[in-house]
Amino acid sequence: MIRLENIAWAPPGKGRATILDGVSFEVPSASYAVLMGRTGSGKTSLLEILCGLRAPISGTVWIDEREVTSLSPGERGIGYVPQDGALFPTLTVRQQIGFGLRMRGVPAPEIEARVLEAANRVGVSALLDRTPPGLSGGERQRVALARALVVKPSVLLLDEPLASVDEETQDDLMDLLQKTQREHRITVLHVTHSRREAVGLGEWHLQLEGGRVLVKNIGI
Amino acid sequence: MIPAHRVSPFWIILGLVATGYLGFWFAMLAATAAYTSPGEVMEVLLSREIRYATLLSLFTCTVSALLSAAVAVPVGYLMSRRRFPGHAFVDAALDIPIVLPPMVVGICLLIFFQTRAGGLLEQAIPLTYTVGGVIVAQFVIAAAFAIRTMRNVFDHLSPRPEQVALTLGATPAQAFRHVTLPAARGGIFAAASVAWARSLGEFGPILVFAGATRMKTEVLPTSVWLAWSVGELEQGVAVSLLMIAISMIVLVAVKMTGERV
Repeated sequence: MIRLENIAWAPPGKGRATILDGVSFEVPSASYAVLMGRTGSGKTSLLEILCGLRAPISGTVWIDEREVTSLSPGERGIGYVPQDGALFPTLTVRQQIGFGLRMRGVPAPEIEARVLEAANRVGVSALLDRTPPGLSGGERQRVALARALVVKPSVLLLDEPLASVDEETQDDLMDLLQKTQREHRITVLHVTHSRREAVGLGEWHLQLEGGRVLVKNIGI
Repeated sequence: MIPAHRVSPFWIILGLVATGYLGFWFAMLAATAAYTSPGEVMEVLLSREIRYATLLSLFTCTVSALLSAAVAVPVGYLMSRRRFPGHAFVDAALDIPIVLPPMVVGICLLIFFQTRAGGLLEQAIPLTYTVGGVIVAQFVIAAAFAIRTMRNVFDHLSPRPEQVALTLGATPAQAFRHVTLPAARGGIFAAASVAWARSLGEFGPILVFAGATRMKTEVLPTSVWLAWSVGELEQGVAVSLLMIAISMIVLVAVKMTGERV
């Protein structure tokens, strides 16, 4: 479950306009929500507040009945996939996927087993020894997804994950996202500009406009 | 048939300006190289004093470049990634050694080491008129160039992978160590090379703070100055040619790594 209560945020600097102004919404556990809004409406900032990468001016963030507003990003139990995947530039796919486990002190044999399992699930097991420059846009997003899922987060936050891939790859990745969400019973918040993605994936549709989540409905 | 591509006069004029400027430089270098014979150059470069000055230059430049990189990486990262009260002031202050006349930097160093704080440091490590002083005089200026380079390197590296690392349980230090630092390797080498090249040409602060004593604190720019001051032009030209050759090698190294940053 994701719950935001009266989240307000403005860019740093005096006299800057408030981008998020009392945003409140809830995404139930194990459901797929899609957040839409114009460019500059604050979608990415909202996602970063959820991740703990930005501090809100006011308001609280809840993940699975736990208030996480003051917790660090690594303590929130989230998986985060930014627009271009944001892969680690010099690490191999194997190291990328195992990164979160390594940071948590998981023993090396278990890391290897879980990396292989995650890579198989998203279809990148043949790419384990490659580095990001040798990957296509779709492959990068699959690796980013595996890297986020391998630490078993309860919430998956996706920031326009399909924006930089062609339509055919988008279809494949949409299938993968849907399958992943159902298999893992994970709560997903997916930020997008695309109505196609929203209709194809979202059980919940949220619209961010004028600093608030204006529209909230179930399915279309 | 493909029509012949006509180059705009605008680009021709820009090309002429670039050619004129580079031509002037190459003419100066060629004139310097033609001033003396290879035999005379070798004779000067193999003399005991110049061999000492060359080795001291290579040693002090390497130490000051390593010190500069050690300071530039954390400071460049801080300035690139964080905004804090007084950020603009600190940013400007970091550039002071770049804009100050080098001789003034030497005077500041000399006066600082006469103060109580400087005196305490001097008791621990004697610096004034020593090889250590040569390194400090090179470092205070070269570090500013290295910091500027590293800041540009970090500005060009997206912070997103670091942010993802944080969500995966890394601390900010771990994200820096495992994600950013490996990606900045080429940039660190470029910053150290810039600092090294800058140190090689440093003269003013070394002259004031470390002196120009033969076989003690004499580095290559000092050798040129000493030779010139007593009218030994061939010796000055020979050392200048050596410095030009070293600078070219560093420039090529920076260009080759800089393109991968």
